[in-house]
Amino acid sequence: MRAVRFSVVTAAATVAALTAVTGCAEKSDGKGEGAVQVVAKDDSCDVSKTKLPAGHVELAVQNKGSKVTEVYVLFPDDRIVAERENIGPGTKATITAEIKAGSYEIACKPGMKGHGIRQKIEVSGGKAAKRSPEMDKAVAAYRTYVQAQADETLPKVKVFTDAVAAGDLEAAKKAYADSRIGWERTEPVAESFGDIDPKVDVRADGLEDGQKWTGWHRLEKALWQDKKLGAEEKALAPTLHKDLLDWQKRVGTADITPTSMANGAKELLDEVATGKVTGEEERYSHTDLVDFKANVEGAEQSYQLLKPIASKNDAALTATLDKRFAALNTLLDKYREDKSSYAFTSYEKVGKADRKELSDAVNALAEPLSRLAAAVTK
Amino acid sequence: MSEQDQQPTGDAAGTPGRAPSRRALLGWGGAGLALGAAVAGGTAAAVRSGDTAVTAADSGAAVPFHGAHQAGIATAVQDRLHFAAFDVTTEDRAELVALLKEWTRAAERMTAGHAVGDGAYGGLAEAPPDDTGEALGLRPSRLTLTVGFGPSLFAKGRFGLEDRRPGALVDLPKFPGDNLDRARSGGDLCVQACADDPQVAVHAIRNLARIGMGRTAIRWSQLGFGKTSSTTPDAQTPRNMMGFKDGTRNISGTDTAALDRHVWADGKDAGWMAGGSYLVARRIRMHIETWDRTGLQEQEDVFGRDKGEGAPVGKAKERDEPFLKAMLPTAHVRLAHPDTNDGATILRRGYSFTDGTDGLGRLDAGLFFLAYQRDTRTAFVPLQRRLAAHDALNEYIQHVGSAHFAVPPGVRDTDDWWGRALFS
Repeated sequence: MRAVRFSVVTAAATVAALTAVTGCAEKSDGKGEGAVQVVAKDDSCDVSKTKLPAGHVELAVQNKGSKVTEVYVLFPDDRIVAERENIGPGTKATITAEIKAGSYEIACKPGMKGHGIRQKIEVSGGKAAKRSPEMDKAVAAYRTYVQAQADETLPKVKVFTDAVAAGDLEAAKKAYADSRIGWERTEPVAESFGDIDPKVDVRADGLEDGQKWTGWHRLEKALWQDKKLGAEEKALAPTLHKDLLDWQKRVGTADITPTSMANGAKELLDEVATGKVTGEEERYSHTDLVDFKANVEGAEQSYQLLKPIASKNDAALTATLDKRFAALNTLLDKYREDKSSYAFTSYEKVGKADRKELSDAVNALAEPLSRLAAAVTK
Repeated sequence: MSEQDQQPTGDAAGTPGRAPSRRALLGWGGAGLALGAAVAGGTAAAVRSGDTAVTAADSGAAVPFHGAHQAGIATAVQDRLHFAAFDVTTEDRAELVALLKEWTRAAERMTAGHAVGDGAYGGLAEAPPDDTGEALGLRPSRLTLTVGFGPSLFAKGRFGLEDRRPGALVDLPKFPGDNLDRARSGGDLCVQACADDPQVAVHAIRNLARIGMGRTAIRWSQLGFGKTSSTTPDAQTPRNMMGFKDGTRNISGTDTAALDRHVWADGKDAGWMAGGSYLVARRIRMHIETWDRTGLQEQEDVFGRDKGEGAPVGKAKERDEPFLKAMLPTAHVRLAHPDTNDGATILRRGYSFTDGTDGLGRLDAGLFFLAYQRDTRTAFVPLQRRLAAHDALNEYIQHVGSAHFAVPPGVRDTDDWWGRALFS
């Protein structure tokens, strides 16, 4: 896991394209058809209309105040949809964003600080995000997959946590990596619930001040490094199980869109590139290749469901992705005897040159995968 | 906060959504304001105030990409280097050819000061931009991109090139004293990026590496600064990390006769190499700390030049003709001089490097040696054999990385591409 990340919800909903600058030298006065005129002063923030159709929204901002200002479009919970900073006195700027139906606020922040002067706006109907039956089908299938992963994972977690609670080191070590596969396959969705990941999948280096270390990696350290299970560890086992039950209960309700699926696939490869290839994720157990494989499987699942849509828009991209997924899977198979098992080589036995080969294969896949979202939404 | 949001006024080149050229940005805005980052004159490319003579290095201009020879060899040496060696990871010849074409088009754009592809912003919101963006607002900075092909590219069973390997592209022999790190040696392909602004050079390598992912992977790369050789003899000879002027008698980039004689390959060895050159790259680590504890006399004896002026032993001026017999038989200048080596002459284009420290409190510093020649067998190889056996400098240096590349002739126009003759 990473310490800081955008949730899938945010990433999916706040895609905002900021245009290049406009200013004195240009005649742009927000003459775009439905541009919203925003006049910002030191003590006011006037918006020309507060009811907008969904879709492409353009704000034409004029700073008529004496202070540098910034203008935001915000969700009701203050998450940022789009923003523009550093709008100097007497200058103009344009903010554009794709906005879905819902309630929002426009905020001007004279002096670029504080809560700002706010104005509620309502966005309705119009051209909501493009969703075809094909896309709905992909999202529904992926939701089913995510739920199934959680459902299949919980019994495996139980085997692991029962072994820890019983103080059975060997049985716990054996059950550890298996108990993580379903989680690793669907990690971006799990992480979209910001509160679960820090409890179950945080590493020692990801702890915040005063945060108690719980979850898989805390037990991993006890099993492989300290080689003992004390009262504290035994008590952490049922907690992990309970937190993952919470995940199982909620994961089906996650906000999933075709874009978030595509971005999630890319994020899974990011996880591999920054955590698994380096051996940081499973630094005590060295079961990184199991996580690695699970991440790739999860990314591939997203991709396969989106492929019918993406291949219509960009056949060359899907042809490349097919090839690169196959190449990475072939390479990973070198590290297990039996393709039906998740018994991979311990990562400490994987030398520098082999790690580089894995890293190159990850880059080879992740680079085109980063273009999947665009191919889906074109 | 992206740069494009900080632009104070004006619209880049009047075409919102298109990546403006780095050069176009110099003039817009009326007040001579470039992009945000450059406004305060805080960029490396800004002309230093107080300089009366604006040197080529300060001009920020573009070096023409097309020509009979690749730019970056005879070109007046730029201040900065990012050199990258790549492994080709695809086994498909067509994919490799497609990559070389894509690289050529990207290089044309970047050397002219443009962003690659559809630019660094203004494209689809869901897609990562084509260009990584860190060179926005910077001038072309005399960026040159020079490509070479390593011996391993010609190996049997790879791309059907085994019969096209030039005789001059030998596997370099092991020289006494070599302590080569495999991870810093070799490579199927290389790209030498030189520019007067380090950010421009790094941006170029970074974007070529990205375009190549899945077909190539960077094997190793080296940043360099403070050019240690000059191809402009009227300019000051730069000093290396030992504090000495080394490379005084380099081939001038305007001396076409000398270039024809010593640098450009004639194609007798391999037709596709006519107008190309052979590049040897060596990462030479200097034992900086022991060198710094060495007496001045010994330092000067080791090189065969004085430290202040750079004059050869017994002479007054740097450019005075060296009297080799006045030097110790082990002096570096004496051993490297063409008269000692049957006239063998190489074009040196090396850079200093300092890659932090080595964990033992020593600077990981030295010379990233780059030499171009028409035939490595009659130039670098005998020269290095002599130096490795006798050079007094060996006490203070160690060769830790090595690579050899056939550098094809230039790209002639916008339909041509790097290595076309080799793959045709």
